[in-house]
Amino acid sequence: MQKKTIAVGLLVAGMLGAVASVQADPRARFMAANCSYCHGANGKSAGAIPSLAGLEVKYFVDQMKAFRDGTRPATVMAKHANGYTDAEYLAMAKYFAAIK
Amino acid sequence: MTFDRRDFLKASAGAAGAATLASVSGCATYYSGNAAPKVVVIGAGFGGATFARYLKTWYPKADVTIIEPNAKFVSCPTSNEVLAGHASMDDITRPYDGVKKIVNAFVQDYVTGINTTAKTVTTKGGKTIAYDRLVLAGGVELLFDTVKGYDAEAQKVVKHAWKASAEQTGALRAQLEAMPDGGVFVMSVPMAPYRCPPGPYERASMVASYFKKAKPKSKIIVLDGNPDIASKKGLFLAAWKKHYGYGTDNSMIDYRANNMPKSVNVATMTVGTEFDDVKGDVLNVVPPMRAAEICGLAGVRTGNNGNWCPVNYITFESTVVKDVHILGDSALTNFPKSGSVANNTGKMCAYAMSEMFSGREPDGAPVVTNTCYSGTGMGTAFHVATVFRWDPEKKSLVPPKGANGVSKEESELEYAYMMSWKENVLNDTLNLA
Repeated sequence: MQKKTIAVGLLVAGMLGAVASVQADPRARFMAANCSYCHGANGKSAGAIPSLAGLEVKYFVDQMKAFRDGTRPATVMAKHANGYTDAEYLAMAKYFAAIK
Repeated sequence: MTFDRRDFLKASAGAAGAATLASVSGCATYYSGNAAPKVVVIGAGFGGATFARYLKTWYPKADVTIIEPNAKFVSCPTSNEVLAGHASMDDITRPYDGVKKIVNAFVQDYVTGINTTAKTVTTKGGKTIAYDRLVLAGGVELLFDTVKGYDAEAQKVVKHAWKASAEQTGALRAQLEAMPDGGVFVMSVPMAPYRCPPGPYERASMVASYFKKAKPKSKIIVLDGNPDIASKKGLFLAAWKKHYGYGTDNSMIDYRANNMPKSVNVATMTVGTEFDDVKGDVLNVVPPMRAAEICGLAGVRTGNNGNWCPVNYITFESTVVKDVHILGDSALTNFPKSGSVANNTGKMCAYAMSEMFSGREPDGAPVVTNTCYSGTGMGTAFHVATVFRWDPEKKSLVPPKGANGVSKEESELEYAYMMSWKENVLNDTLNLA
């Protein structure tokens, strides 16, 4: 019973995914908003903390992975990178990449 | 890709549609078809103002009224910089222009009554405002009565400066400036939980930096009600050793654990503990605290011996009174009572509410983050950072492996980040950028 519901759900979710932009995905925009107390509203920072708005998707995801692995030295970012999944890195990356 | 509960909810909601959702969720049913639910927010700080901004961004149809007693916002974070003389009151003060721009009504007034049955809020100015959802973001109430002699008269002399304002932070800075070299500054740390766990230790560092430069014969006595330094202990001790002679006969800071202030006497300028009376030239007593007065008015201050407000982690709704949400310092959670957490829980509540208003189930697997910097007073700073995620087994928000920790050491880079954080969090919270 549950399997069947998931299958139907997946089908519909896939169809919705094709039309909905990441900007309108409530979870993606919430995740991205989590970043803004440090990186500025809409990823536009004042001061020494880097802006995230307009970063390329691949660059963003690669940096998060590097923070997590420790291959890019960091102050706070290793902790934050360990708190999100790869799928969430990608959702946030797409969100910020779309901001001009 | 794994298929978690959240995806399941999202997918099944999409498949079933809002009509069938009525059987699963009471809140979703309540709001389907309700074009403009009335949301009243009390308190325009890191929790309340952030919530209002993001709810209006994510669900513009909400009719949001914010009630706030102050004409301008004064930031507690980085207010210790004012005590050090590194910043002015203007540097930590911001207008409410951005908040007024985004909400439907900004009422500058005090709340005197909350009726959670009739669902109304009354103000000192004589207004009665109805709500569908009420958001309490009033920070903390300071319990002066628990410290003998800390009455209205004593409060004219002894400043807590734990809610930043010209009358508190500005006045304490003036007292420090007027103090002669060789004077003693006595400050206290309240029993946990309190607003801003590392704040008192940062304050000791900041005042020490001022004394080191301007009044090198002066001393700081820290009376801590707790059994030990409650936050960033290793980092503060290292900074005190490096900059202020801690651990030597010449230490500027005299730290005393298990020394809770029991009384103040402004005639003798002493703070009484269980052990002795400690005399100072400037006294800075931070009383114990609990959730804001408005939480008492709403009957939601039921946790932890009636001091804090238990909340549902998904929506930040009170677990005892329906349609009342509690943000920031007032909430009983396992998060630190920081500006970053208040800002982030404001967004979480706005996210959950915008989903409910849209006739959807709120996200069952939320994420909350904290990033909190402390300055040493010497142009360096350090942090604690944590990501809290929903753990279905523990039924709580907990940090995954590696998602919690502090700086290795103080650095100038982190001081630059701290000052950048201040600008960004104020802009984000107050809709100034």
